[in-house]
Amino acid sequence: MSPFNLAAINFVWLPILPLVVVTVAAMAVLLAGVRVDDSESEGLGLLTLASLAVAFVFTLGILGQYGVAFAGAISVDSFSAFFELVILIAAMFTVMMSLDYAAENRIPGAEYYSLLLFSVLGMMLMAAAGDLIVIFLGLETMSITVYVLAGIMRRNAKSNEAAIKYFLLGAFSTGFLLYGIALVYGATGTIKLGPIHDALASGAMGSNPLLLAGIGMMVIGFGFKVAAVPFHMWAPDVYEGAPTPVTAFMAVGVKLAAFAAFIRVFMVDFASVGAHWQTVLWVIAALTMTGGNLIAVVQTNIKRMLAYSAIAHAGYLLLGMAAGVRSGPAILYYLLGYTFTNLGAFSVVIALERRGEAGNQISDFRGLAARQPLLAGAMAIFLLSLTGVPPMAGFVGKFYIFSEALHQGYVGLVIIAVLNSVVSAYYYFYVLVAMYMQEGGVEVERLSARPALVAAVGLAALATILIGVYPQPYIASAANAFHSASGAEGSHSAALEP
Amino acid sequence: MPPFLYIFLGALAIVSALGVIVQRNPIHSLLALIATLMTVAVLFIGEDAVVVGFLQIIVYAGAIMVLFLFVIWLLNLQVETGPTGHLALKLFGSLTAALLATELFFILAPPHLQVKFTHEPVGYGSLASLAGKLFTDYLVAFEVTSVLLLAAVVGSVALARRLPGTDDPRAARKTAS
Repeated sequence: MSPFNLAAINFVWLPILPLVVVTVAAMAVLLAGVRVDDSESEGLGLLTLASLAVAFVFTLGILGQYGVAFAGAISVDSFSAFFELVILIAAMFTVMMSLDYAAENRIPGAEYYSLLLFSVLGMMLMAAAGDLIVIFLGLETMSITVYVLAGIMRRNAKSNEAAIKYFLLGAFSTGFLLYGIALVYGATGTIKLGPIHDALASGAMGSNPLLLAGIGMMVIGFGFKVAAVPFHMWAPDVYEGAPTPVTAFMAVGVKLAAFAAFIRVFMVDFASVGAHWQTVLWVIAALTMTGGNLIAVVQTNIKRMLAYSAIAHAGYLLLGMAAGVRSGPAILYYLLGYTFTNLGAFSVVIALERRGEAGNQISDFRGLAARQPLLAGAMAIFLLSLTGVPPMAGFVGKFYIFSEALHQGYVGLVIIAVLNSVVSAYYYFYVLVAMYMQEGGVEVERLSARPALVAAVGLAALATILIGVYPQPYIASAANAFHSASGAEGSHSAALEP
Repeated sequence: MPPFLYIFLGALAIVSALGVIVQRNPIHSLLALIATLMTVAVLFIGEDAVVVGFLQIIVYAGAIMVLFLFVIWLLNLQVETGPTGHLALKLFGSLTAALLATELFFILAPPHLQVKFTHEPVGYGSLASLAGKLFTDYLVAFEVTSVLLLAAVVGSVALARRLPGTDDPRAARKTAS
């Protein structure tokens, strides 16, 4: 066979069209921003927003398609489409939060928005990857750009600290993931997810030490990216120091992408050797929930509090993964609700923020309900959803994950999770009490002059309620997405026809 | 490759590798490192891994060596005189050496412990087959790598370029004149 067998690659353009759009947009923003002053970057932001919307529309075209493209490098299924859509939504919200923030803080617009788009590309690749190399390259594209975004406010010492901390620990954890990938490749002899799935499902691997070491390394690598205890130390400092829109992007986008790859590799392809990793995830989930919630209680800075809360939520998601394949749809639904809730909460934090640090303390929220009843109301919705109070999205998500885990006999883990939810109520309600029952705090300025930010808060609040009150269609699409990846067993490697 | 040549080059590589760590002058260490990399490259080529051999020369002996040289030149390193290294570092080094020795043992040791080498088909490791793989099976990975490098360049420029309004020697010179 000639090494240049082009027929075997199956170029299919439609599934990667969203990726191409995002890449081209990143370069276009870079070129368009050559002569744009740092304090007038709103136009670049709008261009970014528009191209993300175009990519969103193209991604809808993937729904319902099924197979692999580009010699197995890209998985085309509703799972990829689901995560790509949610990642694009998260990115659009991030841009809406950034429009005024970037200009006010004199963040270089061309670099900021193009790096954001490159990062989105990496995230989407992680969701759509069909082999371990593409997962790794997606992760690197996402991580390297987010390291820079965290430190893009170069005059701010905390932003610099966040970037260097995130870079050093992130590079370290990437090494673990890459080593794990190499060992899995060594054990199975293939780098493509479908054949790995088949090799493991055949049972011939048994407990090959190479495979087990590889799986362990990959758990550590993904554990760092989703900020699971004990791999979470970077998260609070980085979340606090990074520009707030970037923090929101990290708390939601990076987590979505990391979970997309984590779920696809572990719950689909490593499912047949679940006995080897589910116990490990059990322990990590329990530690993550408990650690995140307990440390969040003593925080006084809202960004740090939300960072620890994000760690705790990663714990609930890991609980679902530890409980096995059946809770897959619940995890996807939870991630959807978490996306809108967290993006909304960070938008409110930005609304209170003024140049510099002011507005980031929980005490700054005192008396917000009297001065800005709508903003305080929206924040209340997000906090209640994070706690898991009906009828918000967070409640349905928690209920769904916990009940699926219970059905599979993970009683101990669910008890830990419910106790943790009670602890989390303390620090979420603390902010509510500050907003509604105390006085003082900071004035919110220029809210009417920031329509994009107000729209982000409003849309996030609306989605948080809508997904919670009427969850059926979202649960159905989450289930459909998960099963399109996991139901692939056997026919996983069917190539799409151009 | 005839066995005597193989042994000769292998011994040369080991001796020059030892030279890297026993020299006190950094420039001499560097020259010894170049000799090591070159001999290893010849060994690769002798084993039909032509592309790996050339990459070894281009990437390591070429680019990375020049980088080392620049660092030594810029930092103006002096000849080491006193004892070097912490105890912890020495311990870590011994541990790594022990691990490598164990690995060597498994490769050279009794047949039932030996790793099985498979003979690759003719043309394996040639430039043509590498290029074929790169532009067919791994096309997406190849293209994504180029985007990743572009993003990294943009990011490093964003972090490293001179901030507007800070001391710019050129600007200062302009105002002075």
